Amino acid sequence: MSFADVWAWFSDPANWQGTDGVPNRVLQHLVYTGITLLLALVVAVPLGAFVGHTGRMRWLVTGANAARAVPSLGLLFAVSMFVGPLIQSDLAFVIPSIAVLVLLAIPPLLSGTYAGIDSVEPAARDAARGMGMTGWQVLSKVEAPCALPLFLSGLRSAALQVIATATIAASVSLGGLGRYLIDGLASQDYIQMVCGSILVALLALAADGVLALLEKWVVSPGISGRAPRVARSRATSDPTSDPTHDSTGANRPGPEPREAALRGPDRTGPVEATAATGTPSERDRT
Amino acid sequence: MTWALDHLDQIATRAVQHAWLAGLPLVIGLVVALPLGWFAVRRPRLRAVVLTTTGLLYTIPSLALFILLPPLLGTKILDPVNVIVAMSVYTVALLTRTVADGLSSVDPSTRQAAIAMGYGSFARFRAVDLPLAVPVIAAGLRVAAVSNVSIVSVASLIGISQLGYFLTDGYARSFPTEVWVGIVACLLLALVFDVVIQLVSRALTPWTRAVPA
Repeated sequence: MSFADVWAWFSDPANWQGTDGVPNRVLQHLVYTGITLLLALVVAVPLGAFVGHTGRMRWLVTGANAARAVPSLGLLFAVSMFVGPLIQSDLAFVIPSIAVLVLLAIPPLLSGTYAGIDSVEPAARDAARGMGMTGWQVLSKVEAPCALPLFLSGLRSAALQVIATATIAASVSLGGLGRYLIDGLASQDYIQMVCGSILVALLALAADGVLALLEKWVVSPGISGRAPRVARSRATSDPTSDPTHDSTGANRPGPEPREAALRGPDRTGPVEATAATGTPSERDRT
Repeated sequence: MTWALDHLDQIATRAVQHAWLAGLPLVIGLVVALPLGWFAVRRPRLRAVVLTTTGLLYTIPSLALFILLPPLLGTKILDPVNVIVAMSVYTVALLTRTVADGLSSVDPSTRQAAIAMGYGSFARFRAVDLPLAVPVIAAGLRVAAVSNVSIVSVASLIGISQLGYFLTDGYARSFPTEVWVGIVACLLLALVFDVVIQLVSRALTPWTRAVPA
């Protein structure tokens, strides 16, 4: 096997058409991953937010994390053996696999959501309550934005887990890029296996990159430690903003940030307050 | 249950193989991750580069890595070395960040006291920073151990002998008992690793058990 063989496989038009073509396999893989993540989000985010906000039922997160020790291959085989025969349709292979993928995606999402909300600076939470916010407002306006970084890192590891396991799920007849690996193995077509592996690795890297960009994009600058730079650009571009508020709110530790938090329904107020009153390591970063 | 008892010797053989394939990479990975993590802490500018690069390695799905390594290493696909290398790569990916976090979590006043006492940078790393980082590193090792035990079982798809064999074989023969035996054996092995790492961590950090006066 050489690089030329791999190149020949990728440049063969036959490998780019039809059900077994690269575009279709990539699309299948993405669709499985998307459906799985959506279902897992629907379950994990409300649960994680509930546990993090109320502090009740923490065993749920501990339990979900302990369940990660179950080998994904075993879970896949066990579920397809028991659930597969119960379904009388073409979906008999898809549903068990998706169910397992959802089960595997829930723990990282759940603990990401929970840890994010649980790690919110108590001062910011108290300030929000002191301002008269209801529990729901505290959750949606203060805790949720502050929890975003940890939630998104949970989402990233969930996405990677799902992409990797969807590959393995080809051994229980799921489509997607794993087909190249498993079919190549069955027919001793090593080139196909290597090319499939390259595609899977690229897909995983691309997905991780997209989510990393998303993280940069959606996380408030006050939390991610990019506040001073943003504050400067805002001060120069927007004459109506108050430059002293922006620069002090994020940089100076002490009573100042809390004042910023109390300043009113300014969206960035409580958020910047957390960045400045946060843990020593967080303060070092800004 | 009877099946498990009847095949106890086979289970034991494969459990030992599994323990090697998951455990040896933990040691290799730790040995590689320690200098990398130390480097990341000493060169804050390169920290992000080191941590991102090692983090990217963890992104590559396991089955793909098992298949991609033989042409890169010049090994045969059935060579267990591929699995050892792949698992070491994952361990390094997980542990470098943990080691860096652990070393930077050392109290700055402790570090300054060590410098004032005349510790050089390596002696301080060995005698002060590293021991104090043990709890954090051990937590990372526990995550890596559980993840390794689970991922190694995937290697049975390409025919490498370990506990994952019971999963693939049980599925191929539609014999649920064997699959359950495989799952339970993997869980028990992960538990053993977890307990061992915690015990070693406790033994290495006697000061954490000091009773406050």
